[in-house]
Amino acid sequence: MNEHETPGHGTLGERLAQQGISRRAFLKFCTAMASLMALPPGTATAIAEALVKSKRPSVIWLSFQECTGCTESLTRSDTPTLENMIFDMISLDYHHTLQAASGYGAEKSREDAMQNFFGKYLLVVDGSIPMHDGGVYSTIAGRTNLDLLQEAAKGAAAIIAVGTCAAFGGIPNAKPNPTGAVAVSDIIKDKPIINISGCPPIPVVITGVLAHYLTFGALPELDDLGRPKSFYGETIHDRCYRRPFYDQGKFAKTFDDEGARNGWCLFELGCKGPTTHNACATTKWNGGTSFPIESGHGCLGCSEPHFWDAGSFYSALSMPASPLELGTDAAVAGVAAGIAVSIANRVKKGAAKSAHEKTTIADLEK
Amino acid sequence: MNPTSNNFKNIPIYAQTEETYSVGNIRALLSEIATCLEKLVKTGETGMIDLNSLPLAPGEYEQLRQTLAQGEFSARIEAIGPSEIIETRYPGVWWVTHYNVEGDIVADMLEITSLPEIIKSQPEDIRTGLELLRAQLDDAQLNERAQQ
Repeated sequence: MNEHETPGHGTLGERLAQQGISRRAFLKFCTAMASLMALPPGTATAIAEALVKSKRPSVIWLSFQECTGCTESLTRSDTPTLENMIFDMISLDYHHTLQAASGYGAEKSREDAMQNFFGKYLLVVDGSIPMHDGGVYSTIAGRTNLDLLQEAAKGAAAIIAVGTCAAFGGIPNAKPNPTGAVAVSDIIKDKPIINISGCPPIPVVITGVLAHYLTFGALPELDDLGRPKSFYGETIHDRCYRRPFYDQGKFAKTFDDEGARNGWCLFELGCKGPTTHNACATTKWNGGTSFPIESGHGCLGCSEPHFWDAGSFYSALSMPASPLELGTDAAVAGVAAGIAVSIANRVKKGAAKSAHEKTTIADLEK
Repeated sequence: MNPTSNNFKNIPIYAQTEETYSVGNIRALLSEIATCLEKLVKTGETGMIDLNSLPLAPGEYEQLRQTLAQGEFSARIEAIGPSEIIETRYPGVWWVTHYNVEGDIVADMLEITSLPEIIKSQPEDIRTGLELLRAQLDDAQLNERAQQ
């Protein structure tokens, strides 16, 4: 069976026509997409032309060791109609949280999609994969996440790792990582993987990446951590409206001082904006209402690897990030100093012995 | 839009004056608009500025609204939520805001052009409309024949 023979997998244009969505409405959607993808604003018409001709790809969405926050982010976004047009752009053939089917029927729909669209479907993964003890800490239909991922990855055209857990291991991977949680890219090495990190990721980024794939037939340009540059190319700090205050050296020192009330930079209160790559400062949250810094709290750095283990959320980036390592250094220095004192004392003891002088405890403690 | 719905846009925002709070983004933006407008006048080249991609400080958006203000022309489109198109008091500078059905902004553009693309009827929609009109005429003709 190929995609032409499968109902529901025609072109996006056909789907839109069936639903009575006008080209003008679609042009509006594409304007929003072009804005999101940081493409020149005038490219909306070209995007619309390409998208209406594109085939709706089969998408298999696997949820592993996660909190469902990523799915919540997408489905409970404040812009239901436009962002949910993502569901018109794709054929979501398996998503165990959203689909009506359950039990054997649900697993069969996954198997059918994998078989019918082998080599063509997109695999979306949220959640990390536990590796300890044979992966028993997270199973679906009696199979480990590792087993399901390896099977589904074989026929995938590309894999989209949604959320910091799937992209970098996330909170399950934080110390002491009892389940041995790892990222998708730690397991799958022979497929293109795009990381949409964030805890949760910005919902429209997922839509934007899919729109890019459908428009250009390829994944967008990625950074060195596998994230799309159009969304993760700059730091929160680079795009922050409080950046001019950083440049002027105006910092809030506490959360309720004059600086905080004046909206000054939150760097000294632990903001991780300078080292965090994401689009929150411009895309914002809750229907474009604001983002954490605009609400008076520093960025936690949730779209970066190991953000949970990167020191206190309230320590400035200029402070040592890992006190434990510093502690080790200090201990090494302490041992070295102890050895030196011990040698010195032994020399003194030897000298006293040869001179028949009495050695006191105080001498040894020097 | 239902004004009584629980919507973030219902929370009133008061613009602060430039003297009390400004990081200087508006002046830079106005300068960019002037450059685009100059290109339109001299070469006919159109321009667009995506306001969603700019890190504006709280209050600056409202300042920009006040500065550009509304000109002679305004239009409203209903297509998966409303869209507002207004020509600012500077002819050729259009403020195009697309909302979703809940009234949240999904795209916010300044277009420097003689007429924004979204206002024009799209060729595909025109063809669909023509088919509908012909179908309606055919139906009417059939009904007339049936009555005769």
